[in-house]
Amino acid sequence: MSTLEAHGHDHHGPAKGWRRWLYTTNHKDIGTLYLWFSFIMFLVGGSMAMVIRAELFEPGLQIVQPEFFNQMTTMHGLIMVFGAVMPAFVGLANWLVPMMVGAPDMALPRMNNLSFWILPFAFALLLSTLFMDGGAPNFGWTFYAPLSTTYAPSTVTYFIFGVHIMGASSIMGAINIIATILNMRTPQMTLMKMPLFVWTWLITAYLLIAVMPVLAGVVTMMLMDIHFGTSFFSAAGGGDPVLFQHVFWFFGHPEVYIMILPAFGIVSQIIPTFSRKKLFGYTSMVYATSSIAFLSFIVWAHHMFTVGIPLAGELFFMYATMLIAVPTGVKVFNWVATMFRGAMTFETPMLFAVSFVVLFSIGGFSGLMLAIAPVDFQYHDTYFVVAHFHYVLVPGAIFGIFAAVYYWLPKWCGNMYDERLGKLHFWLSFVGMNLTFFPMHFVGLAGMPRRIPDYALQFADFNQIASVGAFIFGATQWLFLFIVIKAIRSGKKATAEVWDNPEGLEWTIPSPAPYHTFSTPPEVK
Amino acid sequence: MLFKVIPWVRLIIGSSLFFGAGARADWEVNMTPGVTEVSQQVYDLHMIIFWICVAIAVVVFGVMFWSIFAHRKSRGVKPATFHESTLVEIIWTTIPFVILIGMAIPATTALIDAYDTSESELDIKITGYQWKWHYDYLEEGVGFFSNLSTPADEINNLTPKLDNYLLEVDEPLVVPINKKIRFLITANDVIHAWWVPAIAVKKDAIPGFINEAWTIIPEPGLYRGQCAELCGKDHGFMPIVVEAKTQADYDLWLGERQEAAAKERELRDKVWTLEGLMERGEKVYATNCAACHGLDGKGIPPAFPALKNSAIATGDMAGHVDVVLNGSAGTYMSAFGSQLNPVELAAVITYERNAWGNNIGDFIQPIDIANMQVAE
Repeated sequence: MSTLEAHGHDHHGPAKGWRRWLYTTNHKDIGTLYLWFSFIMFLVGGSMAMVIRAELFEPGLQIVQPEFFNQMTTMHGLIMVFGAVMPAFVGLANWLVPMMVGAPDMALPRMNNLSFWILPFAFALLLSTLFMDGGAPNFGWTFYAPLSTTYAPSTVTYFIFGVHIMGASSIMGAINIIATILNMRTPQMTLMKMPLFVWTWLITAYLLIAVMPVLAGVVTMMLMDIHFGTSFFSAAGGGDPVLFQHVFWFFGHPEVYIMILPAFGIVSQIIPTFSRKKLFGYTSMVYATSSIAFLSFIVWAHHMFTVGIPLAGELFFMYATMLIAVPTGVKVFNWVATMFRGAMTFETPMLFAVSFVVLFSIGGFSGLMLAIAPVDFQYHDTYFVVAHFHYVLVPGAIFGIFAAVYYWLPKWCGNMYDERLGKLHFWLSFVGMNLTFFPMHFVGLAGMPRRIPDYALQFADFNQIASVGAFIFGATQWLFLFIVIKAIRSGKKATAEVWDNPEGLEWTIPSPAPYHTFSTPPEVK
Repeated sequence: MLFKVIPWVRLIIGSSLFFGAGARADWEVNMTPGVTEVSQQVYDLHMIIFWICVAIAVVVFGVMFWSIFAHRKSRGVKPATFHESTLVEIIWTTIPFVILIGMAIPATTALIDAYDTSESELDIKITGYQWKWHYDYLEEGVGFFSNLSTPADEINNLTPKLDNYLLEVDEPLVVPINKKIRFLITANDVIHAWWVPAIAVKKDAIPGFINEAWTIIPEPGLYRGQCAELCGKDHGFMPIVVEAKTQADYDLWLGERQEAAAKERELRDKVWTLEGLMERGEKVYATNCAACHGLDGKGIPPAFPALKNSAIATGDMAGHVDVVLNGSAGTYMSAFGSQLNPVELAAVITYERNAWGNNIGDFIQPIDIANMQVAE
């Protein structure tokens, strides 16, 4: 008996050295790995954005040639979507979902390890193409055929396998999260008592399982067209280039919600804490999120208003897309109602969360404008679209992730971050981000197409402003790295609650969270 | 409101040292109302929806900022405890829904108009190529390519950029005013999109598909646009210029065009000298080949090989002709057989064999190429 106890005791702490990270099945370690990986990808994808903005600083070709410019826009998009935003959310889910539902770990720990460790290989494949003959993928992150098949550089095959591995990783992550949420909740936590972050991730995970196989399908069809003589997307062989877009966007539209729903969850955790008031309309938040997820499956062709779909199709997708404004509006109204008559303070997580609500809404408004098919004929494939999706992804997904890191970092590492530096990071990011993307609305409306390495003279000034903003935003992210490292190594010790009476099981365990938590199911009020 | 503030922003930013130098922009912040009825309709719809969004934003952000101002802990407020109201949820689900219906009605009308391509008076087929446009006047028997005419030196910052930088072409699409023109849009290689903001027409050019769009231009003038779908390396360098002319001017232009086409046929049949082909070939090369293979024939290896001293351009004539006419599978080299006429093909092949020190000395007659194409 005593030997058994001693044996059990040995395994309470993590292994030492690199083995800890390579072999780990601990949800906290894997969460940490995901988060660091996504930050590295954020810097890699970000540096590509810096190349893009530097080239667009002035009309004319200065720094890079069009070939390489196209590789930069493509890789920037792919890395930010699949390498930065998605792994960051999976990392947050790993850290938080078990602690929020009162589970000792994820349901499938070994698979959890695998789903992380195949990611570095996926991105090594993708990034290695930069150093190959023919260069990296250059057909945009949406990789429309036949530009990405018949007319693609030979490295497209590496891209296809990279995407396959990323997809496998995402599917495994999603299965794990669903299994954890549905099976491992502490007994008293009914579904409608789950924190909203858990709810939004549950819905996101179902979206992932539904659409990642579709992405895998479309890249497999590409592979067949390129190497095995099929003609799925080649008109010359009786195929259909438009089919590619239908399949891609059937994946692609739910995908953009995969990148925002967890951020909705994060903001729904943070705003109540710093408003010192319960979240307004919990039930309607759950239903709104589910409605958004449902609608995401029936709006894909709004990305294709100019491909010449028939009038009836055009009308259907326009109406369905406009409908999304209803549940999204409900969410925004609920956040505002939570703040209304609260007692607010504005620590860094709250600053990011509040700016999320405002700036994401601006992205929502431009989204509503884009939904109007006849007007979309003027917006489509211009910088107005670039402005729109960066407004929902940067202050949406990225600010959501920043807010989450500042909010839960003291729980993870046991130390408070430097509040003054955190606020500085927020304000510099806020100014840089708006300076970058707001002028893009103007040049887009004035007629500047997206994905061009050089532009007509009338767009020069706003592009210059956007580039300056981008450099500010880019440089600021090193400050974020500094703040996080500083908090891990030193800083005021955090209490178990960290904040002023926050809601949730994660605040009932000490800070830093012990390596193993909730070995017995906790009580829920 | 937002757009009224812009001149002030412009003044502040424009006067700063940083943006003062070299700034030639006109600070345009909004969509063009354009010149056609449809484009005006689209513009009005855009503005209506913009102002609705502004109004919603003012209300929602107003409540939010007021809460941020009034309900902060530092003012000693006690938080309220309410957190649910079915009635309120129903209200703020219903109101946006009603507003959306209000938006959908004019949007539907505008869309139906934009889709009505019936009863056209002039049909023009537009074909996108990497990286230029081809225009075919179907009834009139006239067709030509339209290439970017901005010199490479301007793009590479060697000479000052002129006003229509990147928005100018060698051959604009010429159309008559006040005629319903139907565009039949397709592509030869990858997907492109034909977009002219002033007439609010943007339609994807897709290989294997023929898309339709239409316009009636009421005013003579030059209307500029660009390709709007990523189509490879020179996607940013394939602009569109539409020149609308009065019916009389248009007829004059059309007559000249038809005459020129007849002359081209004569040129095809005559016997050319090496010098004549070289002179013509240099121009054809600069317009069609230099983007990839370089004016100096050195290319951008490995994707775009050099022609100077290349095995093909200094090898046997038949192989060289084959690559130029039919392209090369698995590479970026496209088939020029359908893009250039026999005179241009003969000239450019001859040029490539005798320029940059290649000095092969042989040349091919346009009529031989024409016969070869008929045989195929």
